[in-house]
Amino acid sequence: MTTATTRSWYKRNEIAVTPWLFLIPGIIMFALYVIFPIFQSFWISFHEWDGLGEKEWVGLANYERLLGGDRKFETSFWNNLKWLILYLLAIPMGLFISLFLNQKVFGIRLYKSLFFFPFVISQVVVGLVFSWFYLPGDQGLLNNVVGVIGLGPYNILGSPNSATYGIIAAGLWPQTAYCMILYLTGLNSVDPEQVEAARLDGAKGFRMLWYVILPQLKPATFIAFVVTIIGALRSFDFIAVMTNGGPFGSTRVLSFYMFEESLSEFGFRMGYGAAIAVVLFFIMLGFIGYFLWSMYQDEKGAR
Amino acid sequence: MFPTPLEKTSRQWQISYQVLLPIVLIIWLLPLIAVAIFSIKPDADFTNGNYWGIPSSFEMFTNYGKVFFESDMPRYLLNSVFITVPTVIGAVMLSSMTGFALGVYKFRGNLLIFFMFIAGNFVPFQILMVPVRDLTLSLNLYDTKTGLVLFHIAFQTGFCTLFMRNFIRALPFPLIEAARVEGVAEWRIFLFVVLPLMKPALAALSVLIFTFIWNDYFWAIVLTQGPDSQPVTAGITSFNSQYRAAYHLMSAGSIVAALPPVAMFFLMQKHFIAGLTLGAVK
Repeated sequence: MTTATTRSWYKRNEIAVTPWLFLIPGIIMFALYVIFPIFQSFWISFHEWDGLGEKEWVGLANYERLLGGDRKFETSFWNNLKWLILYLLAIPMGLFISLFLNQKVFGIRLYKSLFFFPFVISQVVVGLVFSWFYLPGDQGLLNNVVGVIGLGPYNILGSPNSATYGIIAAGLWPQTAYCMILYLTGLNSVDPEQVEAARLDGAKGFRMLWYVILPQLKPATFIAFVVTIIGALRSFDFIAVMTNGGPFGSTRVLSFYMFEESLSEFGFRMGYGAAIAVVLFFIMLGFIGYFLWSMYQDEKGAR
Repeated sequence: MFPTPLEKTSRQWQISYQVLLPIVLIIWLLPLIAVAIFSIKPDADFTNGNYWGIPSSFEMFTNYGKVFFESDMPRYLLNSVFITVPTVIGAVMLSSMTGFALGVYKFRGNLLIFFMFIAGNFVPFQILMVPVRDLTLSLNLYDTKTGLVLFHIAFQTGFCTLFMRNFIRALPFPLIEAARVEGVAEWRIFLFVVLPLMKPALAALSVLIFTFIWNDYFWAIVLTQGPDSQPVTAGITSFNSQYRAAYHLMSAGSIVAALPPVAMFFLMQKHFIAGLTLGAVK
């Protein structure tokens, strides 16, 4: 008898209950591994903790140390800023290549995929490839190439002045490929009639691009921005593989420094690491807020 | 079409374009070409300082043979497969359900939950690192593939939900209404009406998640150590410390590690790109 009543209760409320039944597994997993950990990190950042023993409450001490003249933190922060600004170059570069490739000639599809190919390779491998490309002396291909025009040899990753830029250049390679593919798909949906009409009005070249094409590529540009900024702030693999933070700690960024502090060979300082992560989170939060707001505007428009 | 189609341009530009295209491609892929050349060179070339010249002999089989038969590489590759495939299945399953719930039903909190998934997906990994490592330790899953898979499934569900939900919203809603009028149960609507229509989204997400997870390095070194459970991205770094300065073996190893997602991409290109553009850029 009970089964009959439960079934009828379910039947009566089917439309209201079903979405929750479908959501529960996903929400539990996501809450357990993503949402709660964010708050736990905040909590841990107020403690001193080696990851095993008891947590010791230290209040804001970690943040005071962090912002009160931790040289490693300062270097990491400025490097993050360099990453953020220079990484954005991937967007115009990707646009440029996509315009170059947006033709219909024999074999162009293969060309497009080969241009995109760096993005598919893991960042670890890209990092390795570039560190061999930059090898000092005449071992590196780069020095061989610039040697032809009488420059070099450079030791890009060995010098604190150039190492970060060398790594960013390596990062730009796959990121440009990503932006390129976004723009290539975007260019496919550009309205040909508008282009023809603008052409009849005498628009061409850069003016055409700026006033007619780019406005239509806005969705692609938005996604390119989102993925590039997130990619810049997440940069970790390249640094870990190419320089491991060196030389003299000059290539650290916040994500790398955080990892180093939390799991370093000199003892785990989880509390301090969590505090660095929280700072990185707040830097990101500004961007996340903006992205969510734009998406929310779209959602409202769709209703 | 922009820029001006090639047929409508001058003969000179047409020819120079055709010539330029392969040259630009070679410059673009130069670092990769270099590694490919490294990987077929004999050891002697590096000791003699012949880094970039023509290989003195072609040692493709020796170098790749060493990678496959005399190192831990096959184990790492297998680990990667056992981490990547369950993650793809898990994340796609969970997110087709959440995507269905958020895309089809109107209820209070729908947008809020949706935005929670998106927001969680944007956060820097590092803020999750300490607690997730701790959670994995307390579940006794540290240094296991399962521990890594569970985290990956959970994290990827954010991105996948965004994708699935938007895809389901674009499906013709009258189809679902018609099924409801027929008295079809909601879970059957999911299984027999919506799921078959989601095939392109399922394919797109599968290739994309496969690539993301295969290439993951950060979580691999946070949650695992050693050849028993580490995937190939982490394996390649220990492989490299084993063969320090043996560039021919290191590059052969790197190429092997990079190959599966590359193959996946070339086989499933259309789906891959549809996934990357979030379906937003059509």
